[in-house]
Amino acid sequence: MRESFVSATENLLDEDPLTALVLAEISADLFGKAAARHPERVLNVGIREQLMVGVAGGLALAGMKPIVHTYAPFLISRAFEQVKLDLGHQGVRAVLVSVGASYDAARGGRTHQAPEDVTLLDALPGMTVHVPGHQDEVRALLAGAHASLDRQSSYIRLSVMTNRSALPVRPELQVVKSGSGAVVVAVGPMLDPVLDAVADLDVTVAYATTVRPFDEAGLASLAPGTVVLVEPYLAGTSARLVSSALAGRPHRLLSLGVPRVEPRRYGTPEDHSRRYGLDATGIRRSVAEFAGLR
Amino acid sequence: MTMTYAELPGLMTELTGDEKHGASATSTLDVLWVLYDAVLRVTPDTIDHPDRDRFLLSKGHGPAAYYAVLAAKGFIPQEWLSGFGGAESHLGYHPDRNLIPGVEIGSGSLGHGLPLAVGLAQGLIARGLTESRVYVLVGDAELDEGSNHEAIAYAGAAGLPNLTVVAIDNQSATWGWGPGGVESHFAVSDWSAVRVNGRDHAALTAALMLTPGRPHVVVAAVAAKNA
Repeated sequence: MRESFVSATENLLDEDPLTALVLAEISADLFGKAAARHPERVLNVGIREQLMVGVAGGLALAGMKPIVHTYAPFLISRAFEQVKLDLGHQGVRAVLVSVGASYDAARGGRTHQAPEDVTLLDALPGMTVHVPGHQDEVRALLAGAHASLDRQSSYIRLSVMTNRSALPVRPELQVVKSGSGAVVVAVGPMLDPVLDAVADLDVTVAYATTVRPFDEAGLASLAPGTVVLVEPYLAGTSARLVSSALAGRPHRLLSLGVPRVEPRRYGTPEDHSRRYGLDATGIRRSVAEFAGLR
Repeated sequence: MTMTYAELPGLMTELTGDEKHGASATSTLDVLWVLYDAVLRVTPDTIDHPDRDRFLLSKGHGPAAYYAVLAAKGFIPQEWLSGFGGAESHLGYHPDRNLIPGVEIGSGSLGHGLPLAVGLAQGLIARGLTESRVYVLVGDAELDEGSNHEAIAYAGAAGLPNLTVVAIDNQSATWGWGPGGVESHFAVSDWSAVRVNGRDHAALTAALMLTPGRPHVVVAAVAAKNA
């Protein structure tokens, strides 16, 4: 996904003289060509994340359209005050693009993991959040986020965990499997493990790449009595929005995702998924038990 | 309609008496007046012009002097002053750019103005608006915040020619800035740096008008906060 992001960003820099890119060392090597072509608009501020987001706010105040990129924990949690004040409070906008996701850097440990990123952004008003599930979904999401900078900031959460194939990029939930037992909402790269998990179960699977705003109307139209939410970040992050979508009608909700734990384990992303029950086996066990399907 | 320096105290008395950072507000009064009276290329009619100069009050505490100067220069109605901090007022104890004409940033949390100013300066260069300068006012204690030092090091290395910091030095930083003064922390990052009497309008004007072709800091020394 990162290579797709680099390519799409290069195009935006070439096509729109108001586009700017702000980096804090991470991925700077990948943007060397862009920096050579646009030295005044491709800014690597060094290992200075507060400055990175502050500079993005300042660029936006000058009428530019900033894209800001680094590892998820450094972009969202380390610079959270800057995201809140230098963008939102100023009334200016940027596209924030992270790599690393919840535990792409499994071997890197907790310092490079950000399962809390979407929860943190949920505390702020008006942030659009995209979670692509495949590299071929990145370009359209970035183009849409860039084109909407006149009215909103966006966060695009890239990961090395990807689905086997891309789906069309839409803001709505997309039904990829129809059934009657439950509705399983799979966010971004959780689609493949969900599909593998429920291949022989009578459930509906709906895919989401844009999770903020959450497609409440789309979920409600599926009229589910049982919902399983499978998110690649903190478990239950979108539960309040499922509750809102289904308010006033009886429903049951199971929220799967990354638990609030200090992992203190290394290994691979797949190891973490397995430990948290987010691989196909774990998801199948949870869905079958909760939906009463065997 | 513009007013004179002599009328500023009257405007400040229109702001409520329980303003929480009184001493801090007055430490900035002369610098703010000089900026708006003699330095900044911005008027109430040009607050949206792309090529205006920008003034960023990073030290958002104690904005009474700022509001008084904005009223004196016609950016905001004088009638706004008496409602300072009220539920319907545009004027809070920290300013919000979305509520006040001519205010370039919302501030209050310390250490945000200088990074924003660096981005603004870069953005003006990228847009070819090379006549515009960015001025940002910080306090000597505000410079405790590490975000400023990210900005100082980067702006110096990038050589931003359109950025001027005015640092009000009322010696309020608990740990001080050492024998070289606060300006030494800019100079080491290749900023141009001068120290002037923060009450001397002619000296302030001369220092603020300097354009050395790299980032520039004017340390405006005033009486110690607790003197």
